[in-house]
Amino acid sequence: MEFKVTKNANILTLTLIVVGLLFTGIGIATSMGDHNLNTRIAGNLLIDSFFFFGIGLGALFFLALQYATETGWYASVKRVIEAVSGFLPVGIILMAVTLLIITLQDGAHLYIWMDDEVVKNDEILQGKSTYLNKGFFWIRTIVYLSVYYIYYRGFRKRSLLEDTVGGTDIHFTNYKKAAVFLVFFAVFSSMQSWDWIMSVDAHWFSTLFGWYVFAGMWCTTMITLVTLTLYLKKNGYLPNVNESHIHDLGKWTFATSFLWSYLWFSQFMLIWYANIPEETTYHLTRIKDFKFLYFGMFLINFVFPMVLLMSRDAKRHAGILTFVGSIVLVGHWVDVYIMIMAGSMGEHAKIGFLEIGLLLAVLGIFLKTILRNLTKAPLTVVNHPFLDESIHHDI
Amino acid sequence: MAEKIIYAMYDDDDVLKDGAKKLVAKGVKVSEVFSPFPIHGIDPIIGVQNTRLGIMAFLYAITGTMLATIAMRYFMVTDWPMNIGGKPNNTYLDNILAFIPVTFEFTVLCAAHGMALTYFLRNKILPGLPASNPDPRTTDDRFVMEFRMSENSKFTEEELTSLIQTTGYVELDQKEVK
Repeated sequence: MEFKVTKNANILTLTLIVVGLLFTGIGIATSMGDHNLNTRIAGNLLIDSFFFFGIGLGALFFLALQYATETGWYASVKRVIEAVSGFLPVGIILMAVTLLIITLQDGAHLYIWMDDEVVKNDEILQGKSTYLNKGFFWIRTIVYLSVYYIYYRGFRKRSLLEDTVGGTDIHFTNYKKAAVFLVFFAVFSSMQSWDWIMSVDAHWFSTLFGWYVFAGMWCTTMITLVTLTLYLKKNGYLPNVNESHIHDLGKWTFATSFLWSYLWFSQFMLIWYANIPEETTYHLTRIKDFKFLYFGMFLINFVFPMVLLMSRDAKRHAGILTFVGSIVLVGHWVDVYIMIMAGSMGEHAKIGFLEIGLLLAVLGIFLKTILRNLTKAPLTVVNHPFLDESIHHDI
Repeated sequence: MAEKIIYAMYDDDDVLKDGAKKLVAKGVKVSEVFSPFPIHGIDPIIGVQNTRLGIMAFLYAITGTMLATIAMRYFMVTDWPMNIGGKPNNTYLDNILAFIPVTFEFTVLCAAHGMALTYFLRNKILPGLPASNPDPRTTDDRFVMEFRMSENSKFTEEELTSLIQTTGYVELDQKEVK
């Protein structure tokens, strides 16, 4: 069945973009002359680009995971996963533009290691300068982004091809390519979070950080997937998707929010227990300036899904899933917000028109892109070797 | 009164599932299915109620959480206050982060062992107890449906057998129990 974007959805995404840009304009206009404004704009661009880029990338990873494990159940929702991963080209452009804007401003006080004046007087940053310098940073960034894009295009092309030719050749090609992609992804997802996010706190490092960022990214992806599937189902699409598929997606949401909480806690507890000054500084800044948001977002992202999604019935209930999903999605945005703002703006950071405006604008672009992607291909794959298994999926 | 039990054996779980659907639609009561592995979707067909093991798991887990908290508070704070890594455990709450991993592990331990034991007891399959499946092959590659005549009193034995004969079984057996 072909998907058509409804008029309401078009109005909604357009409103989001217009209102978002308007708010951003108001935000910039009202804080004109503020010497932090450049950092604030660059930081917000980074937050929103990365947050939504992460959802697209998470969907690509999830798709590759299904290919590499030769999973059957997901065949009915495969096009939904592909549509979300289809945000990747836009996300890549957003990330590249954001990083370019930051680089052109010598780090914009966000990446202080890009600023020669700062590095000159900073021994720690000098020691890290073989890794953290503009040239190598851009080489790495371009490698990550192009590898993601190449694999995204390959998976999409083969998936559309499978619809017309059938057979199992494409399945086995996907299987092999996905396994290789997962290896790339394992390394790159960690390294990109060191480069793009951890280097905001350039003096500090944590080996766990990459997984922590990745887990947050994965969780937001699963929420997007389950919400989008429910939306399509409600509008009469996806006839093959039954309660069991929703239950599985709900389980993934539940599990990934646990994974995220586990990693957040692991990082926090180890630093708290070891009590080494250069490590504790990370949490001290967050507790000093963001106490309410920092612990509040942890509690919401952990306790909400745990309590509300624990039972089997809740994972099959559209209302509960959407409710928990939307709240946790905001929670994870706050997580990314604190990751970037605490190290750059510190006590000057606040959530105002600019933050909300840019979030709404990018959200609008995100929704518009994935809805448009859904129209580009039939919503149900035809020749997937596990389609029959997926139709009879029953747990 | 002696009761007659009919066993129908199948060599494929999907054939058994389709057969069970057909029989239940005609009003036959399938009292039990024996299988080497869980057959997904058979429970609602033969009318098995949802398991309550999850509720028990939750209760065992809560027990574990409480036991761990009480014990650690006694060991580390009340009985012999310890100073580890410059963190004196004068109060439990100030050092709760250090206790969370142990609490978590003990919660999982209690839930897992409690569930396993409950499962064994409920199904009467503790080591040494006589096997309750009608045929040892149901632990290998065969699937058996059990029908009790007392639960299917509206059918005669011949009627029931002829109904079962339409479902593609491989062996039919019956026995009488007191």
